Amino acid sequence: MARPAMNQVDYADVQGLLRFGYKHMTQARYALLRIKNAAAARAWLRTAPVSNAMLMNPPPTTALQVAFTAPGLRALGVAESVIAGFSHAFRGGMTQENRARELGDVADNAPEYWHWGGPANEVHLVVMFFADPQAFDAFVQASTGDVWNEAFAEAQWLHTENLDGVEPFGFADGISQPQLDWESQQQAAHIRYDYSNVVALGEFLLGYCNEYGKLTDRPLLDPDAANTDLLPALDAPAKKDLGRNGTYLVMRQLEQDVRAFWQFVHRQAGGNEAEAQMLAAAMVGRTRAGDALVPVQQQPIPGTGTNPEQIRQNQFTFDHDPSGARCPFGAHVRRANPRNTDFPGRPTSLLKKLITVLGFGPQGFRDDLMSSVRFHRILRRGREYGCELKPEDALAPAPPDDPRRGLHFICLNANIARQFEFIQNAWMASSKFSGLTGETDPLLGNHQPVPGCPVTSVFTVQRDNALRQRVTGLPQFVMVRGGAYFFLPSLRALRYIARAGDQ
Amino acid sequence: MTPQTQFMILAPIMPAREAELRQLLASMNHAPGRVNPDNTLIPFAQFDTLHVARLLILDDQTTADVGVHGLPVPAYPLYFALLGDIDGNENAFLQELARRAAVGLSMLFSCCEGFTSTADLVAWMKRHRSPAIANYVNCRGRTLWQVREEAALRDALENYLTRHASALEKMPPREIHAQLAAFIKEETAISRLMLSAEEPTPLGWWIKDTLHLIGLPVLLLLALPLLIVAAPFYLLRLRQLEKTDPALYPSVDQAWSDALALGEDHDVTNQFSAMGSLKPGLLRLLTTLGVLLTVNYAARHLVRPGRLGRIRSIHFARWVFIGGAKPWALVKTARRAAFFSNYDGSVESYMDDFINKAGFGLNASFSNAIGYPRTNWLVLDGCADECKYKEYLRRHTLPTQVWYKAYPGLTAIDLERNTRIRCGLESASMSNEEISAWLALL
Ligand code: HEM
Repeated sequence: MARPAMNQVDYADVQGLLRFGYKHMTQARYALLRIKNAAAARAWLRTAPVSNAMLMNPPPTTALQVAFTAPGLRALGVAESVIAGFSHAFRGGMTQENRARELGDVADNAPEYWHWGGPANEVHLVVMFFADPQAFDAFVQASTGDVWNEAFAEAQWLHTENLDGVEPFGFADGISQPQLDWESQQQAAHIRYDYSNVVALGEFLLGYCNEYGKLTDRPLLDPDAANTDLLPALDAPAKKDLGRNGTYLVMRQLEQDVRAFWQFVHRQAGGNEAEAQMLAAAMVGRTRAGDALVPVQQQPIPGTGTNPEQIRQNQFTFDHDPSGARCPFGAHVRRANPRNTDFPGRPTSLLKKLITVLGFGPQGFRDDLMSSVRFHRILRRGREYGCELKPEDALAPAPPDDPRRGLHFICLNANIARQFEFIQNAWMASSKFSGLTGETDPLLGNHQPVPGCPVTSVFTVQRDNALRQRVTGLPQFVMVRGGAYFFLPSLRALRYIARAGDQ
Repeated sequence: MTPQTQFMILAPIMPAREAELRQLLASMNHAPGRVNPDNTLIPFAQFDTLHVARLLILDDQTTADVGVHGLPVPAYPLYFALLGDIDGNENAFLQELARRAAVGLSMLFSCCEGFTSTADLVAWMKRHRSPAIANYVNCRGRTLWQVREEAALRDALENYLTRHASALEKMPPREIHAQLAAFIKEETAISRLMLSAEEPTPLGWWIKDTLHLIGLPVLLLLALPLLIVAAPFYLLRLRQLEKTDPALYPSVDQAWSDALALGEDHDVTNQFSAMGSLKPGLLRLLTTLGVLLTVNYAARHLVRPGRLGRIRSIHFARWVFIGGAKPWALVKTARRAAFFSNYDGSVESYMDDFINKAGFGLNASFSNAIGYPRTNWLVLDGCADECKYKEYLRRHTLPTQVWYKAYPGLTAIDLERNTRIRCGLESASMSNEEISAWLALL
C-alpha cells in the first residue's frame, strides 16, 4: 500500500485552483464552452497554459484552469470504457431528474430554465481565467486565438466581480475552509472524538487516501501506449490512475436577490436596524464582519490557524451551544458545517463507548442526530458577480434595469455524492435538518412544499428558557441559474485527454 | 400497548404475466415513486392500522454471483412481494385487506403461480406468508392512530403559538407550559383534538413476547458448553473464509442506478429493498442465522425506542429469507435473503449513517452474502471500504414499484418529537430543566 514517499504530491501535476484561490488575481472570467471541432479542441488543450499548484516567486499574474463535463470528455473522444470509471454523479450530471429533486432544483430553479448547463444548453468544458486587472485582457486574448475559435462554440462567458471577500448579501465569505492534509500526516482514524479542520487529501484530490482511509473510485486504466505518462494507482500499482491529482469541480450560478433579502429582514425587524442586522446574522450564522456567533474555545482546533484573526473566526464548534440559542440550528454555516465529530461526546471508557454504540447513550431529543462532518467537507472556490449593492441601498425599490448579481458557486471535492450533494441535500435543502421541521436553508432554500410539509419557509431562532422565535414566510432569496459537474484533471490526465481521440 | 406486526406475502410470478403485473403496479402510482394512496387496487389510505407498505418484483440482478464460488446459477422464479407494517394482529389485517381490496388483490395475485379467481384470498395469502427472520420497529406501541393524533396536536400547538406569539415570547417556561396544557385540555374537551389512551396489551402477545425474552437466553445458556467448544474451530474457519472468499463489486450499471433513483427522494422518508445470495457452506448459514436472531432479539427486547444502535432514522426494517423461512429449507434450496427498510433522508446519507454509526452490525449481517467487501473478525472493515460497499449495496438494491407511507412528511424524529411534546403536556410535575427541554421541542 501507499508509503509516504509515494504519497508526496507532485504539485506540478495538480491544477492550482486546488491549492490557491488566486485571490490576488482579482479579475476572473469563466468560459463555458461546447466543442465544435474535437481535433482543434485537443490541439488547443495541448498548448493551453494551464497553471499548476507549484509555489512561485514572484507570484504569477495570470492563471488558467480547465475542467470537463462527462459529455465534454465524450466529445473529445475519450473512450466510453474510460468514462465509465468516473463517479455516477459526474456521469449522470447535475440535471438528472432525481439529482435535481435532491438538490432542490425544482420549480423556478429547475434545469429547464437555466442559462447554462440545462438540458437545452449543456456545456462541455469550462476554461477559467484569472489575472491581475492590468494583465487580464491581454491574457484572455493571447489564450483564445484562431485554434480556440475553431475548436469551441462559446456557450457563455461568466463574468465575476471583485467584492473584496464579501458576498453580495454583504457578508464576509471564504472564512472557513478545510485545511488539506497535503503530506498525509493525519493517521486515518476509525473514530474521531474531536473536531478537526484538517481533512484527508483524498477528500479533495483523487488518488489519495480519503477520510475512510481508502481511495475513492476513479478511472484506472490498463497500461498502454496512450497512457504511459499517467501515474500508477496507489492502491493498484499495475494500473494507470487517470484520476490521480485531479478532482471534481461543482459549479452553480446562484443569483441572489439582495433587495429581497434586506427588505425582508428589515420588515421582520419592524424597521429596527440593529435587530435587522441580528436577524440577518442569525440566518447566516456569522456577523457581516465574519465573526462567529458562538464564543471561541480555548483549545486549539487542528487546521484553523494560529493568528488572532483565524482564532477569532474559526476556533469554535457548536458544542457549547447545544440549544441553538447563540447560533440557530438552521443558520447557513451551522447547516453547512455542523462542526461535529464521529461520536456524541468523548466516552471515558470502553464500556461507555459500547453503551453509546448500542444506542443506550444520552437520550436527548437532539443527541447524535447528525452525520459526522469530516466526511462531508467541500473546498469553496466561488466568486461573486454583478455590481455591488450595499445593504443600506438594498432597501430602495429596484430600478427597472437593476443588474443581476450573485455567486458563481464553485467547490472542489473527490466524491460529489458524499460531499457537495450530501451537504446540499441532507443539510441545506432538507426540511428536517437537526430535528427542525418546516424550514430549509434560510439563504438557499427554494421553500417549495414537500409532500406532507406544505410549509418550508420558516426560520427558527432558538432561545434559552424562552419560547423560540419563528420567522415565517421567507421568500426565495437565491435562484439557481446554471450548473454542472466537471472533472478537473491533473496536468498528466489533461495531456491524456488532449490526445484521447487522436489515435 | 398495541404491538406492531409485519406481514409479507411472497409468490412466484407467471412469466407470461410479468408485464401485466408491472402495468398494474404502475397504475397504483401517480408517477414513479409517488403512490396514489387512494388507488383502486389497494386503497392504502383506508387502512387505519397500516404504517407502511410496498409491492415489488424481486428482480435480483445478482443471482449469477454464485459463480465466483464455483456454483451453478440456480433458476429461481421471479417473485412478487406485498409487505407492510401494521398495528395489531396480522390475521385481522389480512381480513381487512381482503375485504377492502378483494378485486385489486385478485388482479395482482392472478399474475402469480397457483392463484385462481375462486381462491379464498385470506387463505391464499396465509399460504404465501414469508415471515421475517429479524424485524425492527422504531417505537414499539406507537400506533398509526397515535401518530396522527400527535401530529394534529403539534399542528394545533403551532397555530396557537403563532396566534399568541408576542405574549408567549415574554413568558417564563412554566407559564407557557401551563397555558398550553390548559389550551389542549379545552381542545380535547370539545373533541377538536383527540389524545387516546393506550390500549391494553393483548395477553397472548404478552405471553409470547415474554417467552421469547426468556427463551432465547435460556437456550443460549444450555448451548453454552457446546458453543465454547465450537468457538475456536468456528473462528479459525471464519478467518480462513474471510481471507479467501471472493469479494466482488462490479460498478453498478448506470441505467440500474438511474432506475433506482427515479423512485427515491419524493418524501422525506425513503424505502429500501435489497436482495442477495448467501455464501455457500454451513458456517455462513449459521452465522447469518445467529446474527439475525440476535438482531431480532435486541430489536424486540433491548433497544431504546427510536434507536437502532445509534441510528435514529429507521421507521421499520426487516430481514427475510426468500423462498422459505424454514432453516432446513435454507441448507438446500433458498439461499437468498432480502432486506427491507423505511428510512429518513437520502440513500447517500443512509449508507454513510450505517457505515459510520453501525458498521459492525452491517458487516455482521451482510458479510455472509456473496461479494461483500472483505471483513475481519466478522464485524471489522467490510463496509468501511466505502466506495466498494456503496457499489455493492446499489447493485443489490431493487426498484420498489409501489411504496406507501401513511404519514408523508413526517420523519422518525418528527414522530419522536410529537410524542415527547405530548408526554410533556400530560406531565404535571416537571423540573425546571425538564420544562426548558420540553419548550425547546416546540
Ligand atoms: C448564494 C449563495 C450562498 C451564499 C450567499 C453563501 C454565504 C456564505 C457565508 C456568508 C458564509 C460564511 C463565511 C465562511 O464561513 O466562509 C458561508 C459559509 C459556507 N457556505 Fe455558503 N453561501 C452560499 C451558498 C452555499 C452553497 C450552495 C454551499 C454548499 C452546498 C455552501 C456551503 C458553505 C460552507 C461549507 C460554508 C463554510 C461553513 C464552515 O465551515 O463553517 N454555501 N456561506
